[in-house]
Amino acid sequence: MTTHVLRDTGVLTGRSLRHILRSADTIITTAVTPIALMLLFVYVLGGAIHTGSGEAYVTYMLPGILLITIASGIAYTAYRLFLDMQGGIVDRFQSMPIARSSVLWAHVLTSLAANLVSVAIVTVTALLMGFRTGASLAAWLAVAGTLILFTLALTWLAVIAGLSAKSVDGASAFSYPLIFLPFISSAFVPTSTMPGPVATFAENQPVTSIVNTIRALFTQQPVGSTIWIALAWLVGLLVVAYAIAITTYRKKVS
Amino acid sequence: MNTPREPAIRVTGITKSFGEVHVLRGVDLDVAAGSIFALLGSNGAGKTTLVRILSTLLKPDAGTATVHGFDVTSSPHEVRGSISLTGQFAAVDEVLTGRENLVLVAKLRHLKDPGAIADGMLARFALTDAGNRRAATYSGGMRRRLDIAMSLIGNPPVIFLDEPTTGLDPQARIEVWQTVKGLAQGGTTVLLTTQYLDEAEQLADRIAILHEGVIIQSGTLAELKRLLPSATVEYVEKQPSLEDVFLALVGNTTETTDDGDRTAPAGREPR
Repeated sequence: MTTHVLRDTGVLTGRSLRHILRSADTIITTAVTPIALMLLFVYVLGGAIHTGSGEAYVTYMLPGILLITIASGIAYTAYRLFLDMQGGIVDRFQSMPIARSSVLWAHVLTSLAANLVSVAIVTVTALLMGFRTGASLAAWLAVAGTLILFTLALTWLAVIAGLSAKSVDGASAFSYPLIFLPFISSAFVPTSTMPGPVATFAENQPVTSIVNTIRALFTQQPVGSTIWIALAWLVGLLVVAYAIAITTYRKKVS
Repeated sequence: MNTPREPAIRVTGITKSFGEVHVLRGVDLDVAAGSIFALLGSNGAGKTTLVRILSTLLKPDAGTATVHGFDVTSSPHEVRGSISLTGQFAAVDEVLTGRENLVLVAKLRHLKDPGAIADGMLARFALTDAGNRRAATYSGGMRRRLDIAMSLIGNPPVIFLDEPTTGLDPQARIEVWQTVKGLAQGGTTVLLTTQYLDEAEQLADRIAILHEGVIIQSGTLAELKRLLPSATVEYVEKQPSLEDVFLALVGNTTETTDDGDRTAPAGREPR
């Protein structure tokens, strides 16, 4: 049974990766909006923004842009899962002697792969726009690990949305607030420039600790306790979202 | 058709409600191995619910059901290994090609050489030329054939077909009928649901009528016909049906019968 889980998940992941390869536009659209935002903030608004840090503004804002990339990418995960549930193909899979959880895991792994490609496209664009880092290999791995954790946490949220949505629009609409969240954080301007209550919200919401962690890793600053706050948010969100997603799925397929 | 083996499907006292709606109110039926069994009923009669219970997609509220000797509630994995479900809407992956769809199922059934199995199925269902096209480009009939081909991979002994011909044009319907007949000749047990009386008449060894959640009558076609008052003889000019006209005009290449009139195959039904 355990070997089946891995094998079946592998086969089904291959299937949904094919879906993505055949609609590469989903990866491109995922990357286009963050790139447009990056151009807007660096070349239009950036001149008036004073971050108080020494590095180029593109370097300052890249962590937030990467989170926006992932937040918009997982909308497609919810969308693809929703279409599968609607189309009857999941019924076919569930009536076959396969490990049932592999249907969900295939979508999760595909989401991870697709989002990492989008993140890579955005990062390369940032490099062209002057993003520079002296981060060590270890720091890069830490950034990658944080982004992977962020993707997984949001993907399981997307699974809940994809399973419980009543319409295609509903399946992807949940991602809008997630895309918006980085704007009320330290992603684009220092939180100290915001009025009191907004600053308090910004400083205590998860995006700020994640952004600050990645920024510190890129600029070779000590991450301090921020990384632990970020990890606590990410792992907490991941565990809760996973538990709800699995429960929703069990109810759905009995 | 009557073999001494125990029934391939045995349903006893199955009930299922969704909230206040009592969809199945105690269904009993036996399906002999290697036979074609038609579950006839109007929309909302509970046919799909029963098929979903038998294919382990839903749990019954009460009652027992065994498929190929396995209990659907206590041994769902073994049941899934013995069955194949073709749902009401063709469950093919439209983004994949026909061949990739077949390979996918063969891999999920953990069979050796999925590619060869896929090619064999494409040939058997006259889809070889379309094999490398995406399923989204297929006509309704081709999609249904692909759907059924996917269901047959691994030769499951019991097959559920939920309204296999709903939404198909007359030619595609006849193609599906021929496939189903071929299956039963090969020893597969087929349980199909339909709302078309002629479909049950054409295909089934036994017919059960599901109405408001219970089987109100079941038997062979001849037995069911005996329930009606004896036939009266009337002389009526036989006009060709629109279906006859349609099939004659488009050239019915699928050859249901010798003379073009859709009579039942020999030995099935006295007409």
